This record gives sequence, C-alpha cells and structure tokens, in this order.
Amino acid sequence: MSLAGRGRPYAKAASAAFAYVCALCAFASVAVLLILIGQMLRFAWGWLDFQFLTSFDSQLSAHRAGVKAALVGSVYLIALTALFTVPVGVGAAVYLEEYAARSRWRGFVQTNIANLAGVPSIVYGILGLGLFVRGMHLGAGVLAGALTLSLVVLPVVILASQEALRAVPNTIRQASFALGATKWQTIWHQLLPAALPGIMTGVILAISRALGEAAPLVAIGAAGFVMFLPAGVNDKFTALPLQIYNWTENANEEFQFHVAAAGIIVLLVMLICLNAVAVYLRYRFGKRIRW
Amino acid sequence: MSSAPSVTAEKPVVSGGPRRWGEPLMHGLLWLCALASVFVTISIVLILLVESLEFFRQVSVVEFLSGTVWEPHATPARFGILPLACGTLLVTAGAAIIAIPMGLGAAIYLSEYATPVVRDVLKPVLEILAGIPSVVFGYLAIVFISPIVRSLFPQADVFNALNASIVVAIMILPMIVSLSEDVLRSVPRSLREGAYALGATKLDVTAGVVVPAALSGIMASFLLAIARAVGETMAVTLAAGKRPQLTLNPLESIQTMTAYIVETTKGDVPRGTLGYQTIFAVGLTLFLATLALNVLAQWILKHMREKYE
Repeated sequence: MSLAGRGRPYAKAASAAFAYVCALCAFASVAVLLILIGQMLRFAWGWLDFQFLTSFDSQLSAHRAGVKAALVGSVYLIALTALFTVPVGVGAAVYLEEYAARSRWRGFVQTNIANLAGVPSIVYGILGLGLFVRGMHLGAGVLAGALTLSLVVLPVVILASQEALRAVPNTIRQASFALGATKWQTIWHQLLPAALPGIMTGVILAISRALGEAAPLVAIGAAGFVMFLPAGVNDKFTALPLQIYNWTENANEEFQFHVAAAGIIVLLVMLICLNAVAVYLRYRFGKRIRW
Repeated sequence: MSSAPSVTAEKPVVSGGPRRWGEPLMHGLLWLCALASVFVTISIVLILLVESLEFFRQVSVVEFLSGTVWEPHATPARFGILPLACGTLLVTAGAAIIAIPMGLGAAIYLSEYATPVVRDVLKPVLEILAGIPSVVFGYLAIVFISPIVRSLFPQADVFNALNASIVVAIMILPMIVSLSEDVLRSVPRSLREGAYALGATKLDVTAGVVVPAALSGIMASFLLAIARAVGETMAVTLAAGKRPQLTLNPLESIQTMTAYIVETTKGDVPRGTLGYQTIFAVGLTLFLATLALNVLAQWILKHMREKYE
C-alpha cells in the first residue's frame, strides 16, 4: 500500500513545497549577504583610492583619512602571529598524531584543544590584557597583540594540521621505517611534505581569522588613533578591523558610512588574496601527490 | 609518558650516530608544543579566577548573580550581571530563532535536494561567508539593517537587540549549514531507500528518517552556533548599543556581556581597580557559559550518535 497515495492526498504537494522552502532558505541566506555587500561597495565607491591607502587616519576630514597605519599594523600582526603559531601548532599536531599513544593524556589534550577552539576571542583578549600587557609589562604594542592573536588561532592550526597528517596513508610511514629512517626523519622527509598542502590551508585559514579579529585587540587596549608606523615590536599600533570599528562608531556619517566601507573593502580584498593563495597552494602542491 | 608510536605497528630500529640524541630531543620539543595548548587553558582559568576573586572580595557572588542593576560607574556602583546576561540571552535567542530553521532548511536542501553543481557552488560560497570578520557585520547592522528595522518598527531605538540578532543570525548560519549538512549526508543511503520502498514521499524520508537519524549531529551544530553567538563581540557591540537593562523587548537598546568588556577595556582602566576586575568577572561568566555549551555539544556527539555500518 502506498503511503503517498491513499488517505494522504496532499503528501506529494507537501513534499514538493518542502523542497522549495529548503531551497529558499539556502539561496536567501547567501542572497541577503550578497545584497548587503553590494550596497557596501556602493558606499565605498569614490572613497577607495590611492590617497586612502597611503594616508594616516584623520580627525579633521573624512576625505583625508586613510588606512596606512592600519594596513602596516595588520601586516606586522599577522606576520608575527604566523611566526608564533605555525611552529607550535604544527609541532603539537605532529606530537598528537605521530608520537602520543592513544592514552587518557592524549584524549585530555585533544578535548582541551576542541574546547579552546570554542572560547570566544574576547576572552583571549582579556587573557592577553592580564598576561601580556599587564603581567609581562609588554604594553599594548604589536608584540602583545600578535601573542594574543596567536592564542586565538592556535587551535585552528593544530586541528587543521592534525587532519592533514591523518590523511597521509600509513604505507608511507611503514615504507620509510622499512628503509631504516628514524621517526623524526620519517616525519621531516615524508609526512610533513605530504601533509603540506593541508597544513598550509589551515595556516592561511588561521591567518585570515587573525586578520579579521578586532575584539582581542580592543580588549588588550590597542590604540584606535595612530598617526605613525610601528618601528619596534612594543610600539603602539592599530589594525584594519580596529580602524574599521572606530570609523563605524564615529558619529560623523562620512566616516561611519563611507570611510568605514572603504576600509572594509581593503580588509576583504586582503582576505580574498589570502584565500586565493590557499587555493593555489592546494592546487600546486596537491597535484604532485597521488595515492 | 609512553613513546610507543600510535599509528605504526613496529618500533623502528634506530641506527647509531648523531641521530640518537636528536630523536628524544624532537620528541621532547613536540611534547612541549602539545603542552602549550594545555598551558593556554590553565592561564585562561588562572587569570580569570585570580582577578575575579579580587572582585568577589568586594562584591558578593549573590549580588553579582542576582542583582538586576548594572551600574559600574555610578556611585554607589551596582554590580548585578542580570542586565548584561539578559542582553546576551536576548540577542542569542533572536539569532537562534532566525538561524536555526533557515540553517537546517538550507542544510537539508544542500544534502537532499541540490544537484552536485549547485552544492559545489553554494558550499564554498557559504564557507567564504563564514570567514567574513565580525566587525564587517557590525557595519552592516548599523548602516543597512538598523534603518530597515526602524522603518518597520518606528518605535525601535537606533541601536537595538533585533539589529544584533539579525546580523548574528547571518554570521552563525554558515556554521549550522556546514556542520548539519555533513551529518545529513553521512546518513547511509540504505535508510533512505528502505523508506522509499515503503512508499514514503521525499518529505517523509527527509523529515521522518534522515533528520532523526542525524539528530545528534544537528543538535550539536545548533549548540556550537549558539556558543558562537554568545561569544560574538564586535558586531553585537556596534549593533545593540551600550545600555545595560533588563528587558525582553528586542527593539530596545541593550548591552551584552561581550559589549561591556569592549566598552570598559577601550577606556584605559588602571589595574587593581574594581572597574578593571569587573572585566574578569564578566569574562569568567562568559567563559563558563560558552564552555558549558561546547562541552554539551561534544557530549551529544560522543554519546548520542547513531552508529551505522
């Protein structure tokens, strides 16, 4: 007996309607955001020019404001963040995947990393404020900012690197050991090169996250208005998301609507470039390895 | 600490020479890297606890948890976290009400209905959307969403909880879609085919078989998204306003826990003052709330997952 046939005359119509409702959900969520971003582009039009990229912020005129300090600050920040997170994150992943026995200790570390990934970034900001800025007397400089962001993105790097290492087939390890290689030689010469595309993708994802984070930087007390470029690691700095936040908070509508939009476009373009690099790396290095 | 390899069957034979000291050295270094993540957790807990204890020496825990007025800068200052918690709850609940049905619908579409081409386009697009920084959503909330909300509800404040709910919903949607779609797709075909064989329509199969089979994973995705909404900072700070008040009206201006932390740390508060310590007390509350949600999500995934061949 067919369920759809007798006794339920609307079953087929309901089924079809459900399909359309679900499709609507999927397309609407993307469409809403695309419309909003389109509107934003319109607001930034005419404000995003060479002068905007090469000027410092201005309190006097929205037309003279620019992202120079924020751009340079952001580049410093993500470079230092990558420098801190990549060795520690990849190292932790190698340890957990290749060295640690499936013990309670490994389970504990793994759970801990999963929980860290869910801690809100503002809490890391408070940690950075208490630990680096006040505790270690670093001040709200580039170094304290980068260290704080490193803590935010560390779980991302670890989890992505673990996944990449797990995808390397066991036969590679066995073949390497059979040829007399030690554990570390196997890791360095076989596993890490094979897992590189995956690790790189994870690292770039982490850097993108660090590039867009404003909350931890606000929490450590990073300056909002900076008219110079940081020369040393303890200098005051500003970063793109921070600068955008300050412009958006500005009561002056030229800053709030237009300068902020132009700043967002610069940030989004940087993020798109990073992701393009990730796609390219995956394609370039992923091609060589087949198993 | 056992050095037994986890994946390989046999311990490799280590030949002589300088490698011998290098092996344990690398092992030790990598162990330290893994330990670093544990230290991060310990330092989060320690820092939050130490400064919060200072705070609770001056403000009783009962007053903090049950007080209905949050006026840290007034004299006498009053520290009842309920207005901030209420603000967070209001924004999170609003975002969940919008994002959960839409996210689940979109996930069902991608997993059960979409052609491979559509899925291959929409999934990466959603992943890109998930990477848009929070501060950008704050801008969108103020510049585009607030005017729309105010044209629909003229009595709404410029900064209001509904603004924040809408942008936070857009932010957590990709997360729900992506996680739910993964679990929906991992439901084995044989279950679907069995239901079709009994004469079920596609709606019967999806709502009666596939979704219940993937329910634990779907629930976990909701909880993770809610945890993200609770911890969401910049968008909410910009969109919802700065007025801590105990209200359930989404059209009013409110302040969330995260927004309070931003507001306070922006002005350079001197260490050792009560104002400085409130950040840590609020931070501790926020940390515990998100941790509980995350742990619950992981527990559901681990213990309630239906296992198929």
